[in-house]
Amino acid sequence: MSNAVRVDRLRVTRGGTTAVDDVSFTARTGEVTGLLGPSGSGKSSLLRAVVGVQVVAGGIVEVLGRPAGSRELRHRIGYVTQAPSVYDDLTVTENVRFFARVLGLGPQAVDEVVGAVDLGRHRDSRVARLSGGERSRVSLAVALLGTPDLLVLDEPTVGLDPVLRLDLWALFHRLAREGAAVVVSSHVMDEAQRCDRLLLMRSGRLVADDSPEGLLARTGTADVESAFLALVRGQEAR
Amino acid sequence: MSPRVTFAVAARVLAQLRHDHRTLALLLVVPSAVLGLLRWMYDSRPDVFDQLGPALLALIPFIVMFLVTSVTTLRERSSGTLERLLAMPMGRLDLLLGYGLAFGLMAALQSGIAVALCAGPLGLDVRGPVWVLVVVAVADAVLGTAFGLFVSAFARTEFQAVQFMPLVVVPQILLCGLFLSRDALPGPLSVLSDALPLSYAVDAMTLVASRTGDVAGVDGQVWRDLGVVAAVTVLLLALGAVTLRRRTP
Repeated sequence: MSNAVRVDRLRVTRGGTTAVDDVSFTARTGEVTGLLGPSGSGKSSLLRAVVGVQVVAGGIVEVLGRPAGSRELRHRIGYVTQAPSVYDDLTVTENVRFFARVLGLGPQAVDEVVGAVDLGRHRDSRVARLSGGERSRVSLAVALLGTPDLLVLDEPTVGLDPVLRLDLWALFHRLAREGAAVVVSSHVMDEAQRCDRLLLMRSGRLVADDSPEGLLARTGTADVESAFLALVRGQEAR
Repeated sequence: MSPRVTFAVAARVLAQLRHDHRTLALLLVVPSAVLGLLRWMYDSRPDVFDQLGPALLALIPFIVMFLVTSVTTLRERSSGTLERLLAMPMGRLDLLLGYGLAFGLMAALQSGIAVALCAGPLGLDVRGPVWVLVVVAVADAVLGTAFGLFVSAFARTEFQAVQFMPLVVVPQILLCGLFLSRDALPGPLSVLSDALPLSYAVDAMTLVASRTGDVAGVDGQVWRDLGVVAAVTVLLLALGAVTLRRRTP
C-alpha cells in the first residue's frame, strides 16, 4: 500500500512554544491511522500541517506525493477541524450544498454525505438547533464530499453516543477499504483499538508508532491506556 | 477565480441573511426610518433636508455594510469555516467578491427603498436622475463592505471589529463635507478629506441631487467621483485578499 502522508522531522511552533517537536511518520492508503494523545499534546497542529493550513518551523510534509498545501491537493483532502466548522445559521442541507458547490459537486453528492453521517432526519434543521454531536457530523459530512483520497479528522467522535461512535468508526474503515487514507485524532484511548495503525503523542513528540497489537505486545499491557502509561514512565525513567 | 464559487458564496451569504429575519428587517427599514426622522427634524426647513439628505443617503449604506461585513467575516474566521474554505479549491478573491456581490445586492434593496422614500413622500429635491442615486448608494455600500473585509483581518474579536468603526468610519464622516463644506476645512484636513473615499461618495450623491447649471459637466464629475469610489473598493479588496492567509501560525 502506498504512503498517503509522509512526515519527516516536522517542527511546529505556536505562540512561542513548540507544539510539534521532530515528528516523523507515514500514513498509508487503505488504513485508518489513529493519532492519540491528551489534549494539548500537539495533535491538532500536526493535522493542520498535514492539511497545509499550518505554518511549519521545519521538516517535510508530503501528501499524496506532493508538498502539503499544494493547490492540486485541495480537491483531494477532506478535513474536519476540532470545532465543527459549519454555518450555525444555515440548515444541514444548505451547509453541505454550499461546500458542494465550492467543490463543483451536484445535489446527489449532498444527499450521499448527509446519508453517510445519518443526518437525513435533520436535513432541514438549522445547525444552531442541533446537538453538539449532530453538529460535528455536519462538519464530517462536508469533509466526505467528493470522496477525498485523504481524510484528516480532528477529534470527530467527541461527545457522540457510543452507538454512533461505533457507526462512525465503521464508516472510517469502509472509506479506507474503498481506497482512502484516514487519519483520525482522539484523546479517548479506548478508540485506539479500532485503528489499523497507532501514533501516540505526548508533549509534541511521538511516543509510539505501531499497530495496536504490536503496541500491547511490546509493552506487555492489556489496553492502550496502560501501554501509553508504560511508555511514558519508561521514557521518564531513562 | 471562478464565477461558480463566487456565486456560491454570494448565495450562501444571502441564505444566512434570509434566515435572520430581524437583521433583514433592520437592514431594510432602519435607513428609511432615520431619513424620516431627519425630515421631521427639519419640518420647517425643507431646504436643510435637501442639503443633508443626499449625504445621509451616501453615509448609511456605507456604515451599515461596514459593520455587517466586518462582523460576518470575523465570525467566518473564528468559526473555522474560513480555514476549511481556504483548504478547499477556493480562490481568495472568490470569497471577497462573493461577499461584495451579496452585500451589494442588499444595498441595492436598502437604498432603493430609502431613495424611493426620499424622492417620494419625504419630498427631497432631486434634480438629477433618481436611479443614479441608487447606483451611488450601491457603490458606497460595496465600499463599506470592502472596508469591513479589510479591517476584519486586524480584529481578533467582534468587540475589536466594532471599535474599528470610530477609527475608520467616523473621521470619514466628519471630513466628508456633511458638517463643513470640504473647501472650508483647514489646509491639511482638506488634503486628508481629498484622500478619503467617502468624500467622493458624498460629493457624487450631493451633485446628483442638486444638479444645476452645466448638466453635462456635473454628470461628468459624478462619474469621476464614482470612479474614485470604485478604484478604492478594488484596492481594498485586493489588500483584503492579501490578508487572507491559507497557512496561519
